[in-house]
Amino acid sequence: MAVTNTRGKPMSDMILLGTRKGTVIFDRIHSNWRPRPIVHAGIPVCYAARDPRDGTLWASLDHGHWGPKLARSRDGGASWDDVTSLKYPEGARYIVKYLPTPDFDPASPSARPEYANASVYKIWNIAFGHASQPGRLYAGTIPGGLFVSNDGGDSWELNRPLWNHESRGGDLFAGDATSENRWNGTPASIDYGVFEPGIHSIIVDPRDANHVHVAVSTAGVIETTDGGRTWTGRNRGMTMDYLPTPEADWGHDPHFVTACPGQPDHLWQQNHCGVFYSDDAARNWKKVSMPDAGVHFGFPIAADANDGRTAWVVPARADSERMAIAGGLFVARTIDGGQSWQTCRHGLPQENAYDIVLRHALDVAGDRLCFGSTTGNLYVSEDRGESWQCLGNNFPPIYSVRFG
Amino acid sequence: MPRQQFPADLFGAIRLNVMPTVQMTQHLYRFFPQLENRTITVSAGSVSEVLRAVNEIAPGFADYVLDEHGALRRHVMLSIDDTVVIDRKTLSDRVPDGGTVYIFPALSGG
Repeated sequence: MAVTNTRGKPMSDMILLGTRKGTVIFDRIHSNWRPRPIVHAGIPVCYAARDPRDGTLWASLDHGHWGPKLARSRDGGASWDDVTSLKYPEGARYIVKYLPTPDFDPASPSARPEYANASVYKIWNIAFGHASQPGRLYAGTIPGGLFVSNDGGDSWELNRPLWNHESRGGDLFAGDATSENRWNGTPASIDYGVFEPGIHSIIVDPRDANHVHVAVSTAGVIETTDGGRTWTGRNRGMTMDYLPTPEADWGHDPHFVTACPGQPDHLWQQNHCGVFYSDDAARNWKKVSMPDAGVHFGFPIAADANDGRTAWVVPARADSERMAIAGGLFVARTIDGGQSWQTCRHGLPQENAYDIVLRHALDVAGDRLCFGSTTGNLYVSEDRGESWQCLGNNFPPIYSVRFG
Repeated sequence: MPRQQFPADLFGAIRLNVMPTVQMTQHLYRFFPQLENRTITVSAGSVSEVLRAVNEIAPGFADYVLDEHGALRRHVMLSIDDTVVIDRKTLSDRVPDGGTVYIFPALSGG
């Protein structure tokens, strides 16, 4: 059950983990966090979350053999049902991308686009619609499709304007490409034998159901203000370290993007190339990395519910190592829009730690924060990150952490 | 007691009149328990028709073995007796009377 703390934001007593070996739910009972027996045992779960509108629990199952599936529980996790698989409609195609190799000719694919029929490889993210739209759900996939449901997940439809966006080559349902495909693949797609983009962040503006941001690896941030009929790239101020044109419109690699629910124009982005902040609904981004404090590379980012200038990251060594910096695991927090960062280490291992925390594996609810690593370590803070308590060291690799 | 021996031609004659059966990895029984502990018999026809028949017994089954284009999922193997199907896209390979369709996961990892 959710209670409200003095800051007027929900302080959740449930944590959901998506792990390599199933879904783990924690309940806070008498001030102690207690895990329930694992569900979906043995099945990779890349994302699990609770819909705050009606309490439905969701898990994205990443079956290796049987295809990606969504599972839904309407009784608080006691029982789970399969939801009809998301499916690309007939004629949904994309322009194939290839993992750049030393003999790769970048002129080749743009000169002669190669098309593939779209299949859902991974349901990377589930987001819950505006309070005024009960039953509205969003799901982001590899290969870069945004699916929408208006009936609580019983049926899903591809958002075609985003799929047909000119930055992807235009309307490939109608014929061949009319523009260049500027969306690149994400390394997260390589497991599926492809190199295609993925939508991992979906942000619905609490003030306006028609205002949604999504983030794509590897393309950038895209915004709609008309309920998904048109989409506009929002990457001004973003810079890339890995391309000859660092300020290009497309090609950016957001690892995760989130917003402050109480001040939705304040967006935070942990990017491959640093931490970025916007206080104008992503119209302009500003790099707020502080490499001297270790704040630059990482995957997850969390924003405070009320104060748009407050955010947390779990920094890592960029980017060939991808593990805790100098063997010490820490969380960094800013309360001034990224002008300064404080490191929070109390209760976290400061030697021989090699953890990496993935993009969906940090969350905040009220004064509580929680994160988990692919090493199977799980930590919770009850005081905004000042101190941390370990909830276990032997979980499967943790892909997502969400308060319920 | 000595085992009864059937002449080969008699055995063949019996096979001709037996409907195809479907066997599958036990992993799939977890999601479709109604398929467990029973002999799944279907009419002879294409692999596509056979899978459609199984999907009628266990709604949703097709989504586990086929992608949205109706092709076999990348890591799903399907054979008719000991012959791996050739047409993984439209599933046109024919399953004869007496044949057995095997559905199993491709192996990877150690």
